[in-house]
Amino acid sequence: MLDISPQLFALQLMTGFALGAVYALLAIGLSLIFGMLTVVNFAHGAFFMVGAFLGVYSLGLTGNFWFSLLLVPLMTGAIGLVCEKFLVRPLYGRGIDYPLLLTFGLSYVMVDVVRFTFGIEGIPSSTPESLRGAVFLGFGHFPLYRLFLILATALIVIALWLFIEKTRYGLIIRAGSRDPEICKVLGIDISRVWLLVFGIGTAIAGLSGMLASPTRAVNPEMGIPILAESFVVTVVGGMGSLPGAVLAGLLVGVVFAMTSLIAPEFAELSIFVLMALVLLWRPQGFFGKAGLMS
Amino acid sequence: MSSQLFNKHIGRRSIVLGGAAAAVAPAWMGVARAQNTPIKIGFPVPLTGAFSAEAQDQVKAAEVAVKEFNEKGGFNGRKAELLVRDDKLNPGEAATRTLELIEKDKVDFVVGSLSAATQLSINAVCRDRKIIFNSISQSDAINEAKDWSMYTFHEALNPHLTAGAVARYAFPKYGKKLVYLTADYAYGHEMVRGFQRAGQAMGTQMLADIRFPLGTSDFSAFLPRIQSLKPDVLVMCNFGRDQLNAIKQATDFGLKATTKIISPVLLFTARVAGGADVFDGVVGGTSYYWGMEDKVPAAKAFNDKFRKAYGGAVPSDYGALGYAGVRSVLQAVLDAKSTESMKVSIALRQLRYNWYKGDQFYRKCDHQSVQSVIIVESKSKGMKDKNDVFNVVHIENADEKNLRTCDELGHKVST
Repeated sequence: MLDISPQLFALQLMTGFALGAVYALLAIGLSLIFGMLTVVNFAHGAFFMVGAFLGVYSLGLTGNFWFSLLLVPLMTGAIGLVCEKFLVRPLYGRGIDYPLLLTFGLSYVMVDVVRFTFGIEGIPSSTPESLRGAVFLGFGHFPLYRLFLILATALIVIALWLFIEKTRYGLIIRAGSRDPEICKVLGIDISRVWLLVFGIGTAIAGLSGMLASPTRAVNPEMGIPILAESFVVTVVGGMGSLPGAVLAGLLVGVVFAMTSLIAPEFAELSIFVLMALVLLWRPQGFFGKAGLMS
Repeated sequence: MSSQLFNKHIGRRSIVLGGAAAAVAPAWMGVARAQNTPIKIGFPVPLTGAFSAEAQDQVKAAEVAVKEFNEKGGFNGRKAELLVRDDKLNPGEAATRTLELIEKDKVDFVVGSLSAATQLSINAVCRDRKIIFNSISQSDAINEAKDWSMYTFHEALNPHLTAGAVARYAFPKYGKKLVYLTADYAYGHEMVRGFQRAGQAMGTQMLADIRFPLGTSDFSAFLPRIQSLKPDVLVMCNFGRDQLNAIKQATDFGLKATTKIISPVLLFTARVAGGADVFDGVVGGTSYYWGMEDKVPAAKAFNDKFRKAYGGAVPSDYGALGYAGVRSVLQAVLDAKSTESMKVSIALRQLRYNWYKGDQFYRKCDHQSVQSVIIVESKSKGMKDKNDVFNVVHIENADEKNLRTCDELGHKVST
């Protein structure tokens, strides 16, 4: 059988966390939009892809990774704001299927726009100079950039949590998601809140695309497989739950990494098996509320 | 009165002439129709999907072959026409599109495909309908007797030949402890088999063969294990974007410091999309690289035609196969003086050609194009322009001995 040393196990675990970090980031955006707006955003993978393209171009033009890290979410967030205002907004209150179909179509449009603009082959992306190489973690060498990915995700999650839980805007967002009618009665312009939430969700999707771009091929279709995986994460964590998205993201990453070690052929399958098992045990996911989808 | 007579006279003559004309008309009209009917070549390739960049290049290069044929006057005044269809990289879709091309569009020949699986389904449809299919994508199975027919031709390299050539070059040079990272489908398995067979003769040792599903985008989870196995050579038996992702992540994990990465097929398009840093030092095989034009005059001639047609762009490896696949069939039409499948098949079997990379011919028993394999190493320094991506480190010349024998493939007649 396989000879798995503790060092290899620890390295594999770290690899799983790095993988899970990207899943978690994408799933947070999905969950945020679903939890607040009850919109299943099928264009989320496309925003991830646009973020990766913008990231590579911004990095090429400015040469500054940190500046690009700020610029890209602003740009994808802006695209998200426009999409919410002109496309998604007219569909609120019409049930869950309408925005789902709309965003599904939107994802095709976005992929094709990128194909026309940047070509179908994809573009080269590389790890920023300052984050290249590997660091020794006591049990083995691990790529510095992947370590950075884990830390960046943790920071983004904490920042988002502070924003939603500790700020006045966060309070309004939470109130808006719980009872939009009462918010309106209290004089809060709820449509602006929803606009902001959609913008933040797509900004995080773009940011995760940019963060993931040095680790994978950047091409117009890169958002398609990862969208499926992010939905698995969102469903496992519970639709609309932020802690659920983070926990499930990491869990899915680790399950994938560990299955890769033991039975690589089943790695891809393992995350769907995990989803099936979780759904059998808790149909609403780890932290989801029952009946949200009905 | 006289005018009446005159009219009668004319009338009688007209009838005679008319009758004569009517008698010969079908023959004449037949010739006219034949001259106007184009020679139709169906071209099913995956215009959408993971290999779309390569497929679009195949179409571009095939158009060059068609244009060249038409400019030289075609065959008896009949011009060639390319009917491109998207097979979406799906064997079922490929079979349906091919069936439509044959039954509805009435194509004379089929050239195309860009996967081991789609070419087998296209071949099955063509074989049953006695239509020549010249495959321009790698496969071992298509040479085997069970899939083969008089109408099956294989213009591309096959995994056995490609992997063998890369193994013969790389294993003595870089070491004999191997790990394979393999896409879990026909192509990947065939490549591993090709490497193993060539490698065993040299005493190589396989430490692991890690198989992953097609379309995997994250390989990082496989890399710590590969690192801990400490192989001399990591063999990437994958293709296109899978390969780009795998090499990129292996580079991130610092694997290149201790291990040489080789690949049976190193794609021009994947290298351009992936960038110099990622592919730096990776060695692989290819059917064609435009940069061999310094050494091979036919390559220069083909590149120039392509450059002229597409504003200075250079053809990719798979693109070049699109050109050769179509050109061979059209040349065989001229040689056979017919578009009838069996006559063209016989002409193809006789054909000795040098369209773009040196001398080639179709082996009689399985119609595999016997050809050279080019070994390239990706470079990251001293590049003249964005297309200058490889160094040609070795060319293994065309030799039937490097193919599996006709008997091994199950062909009863070996000539």
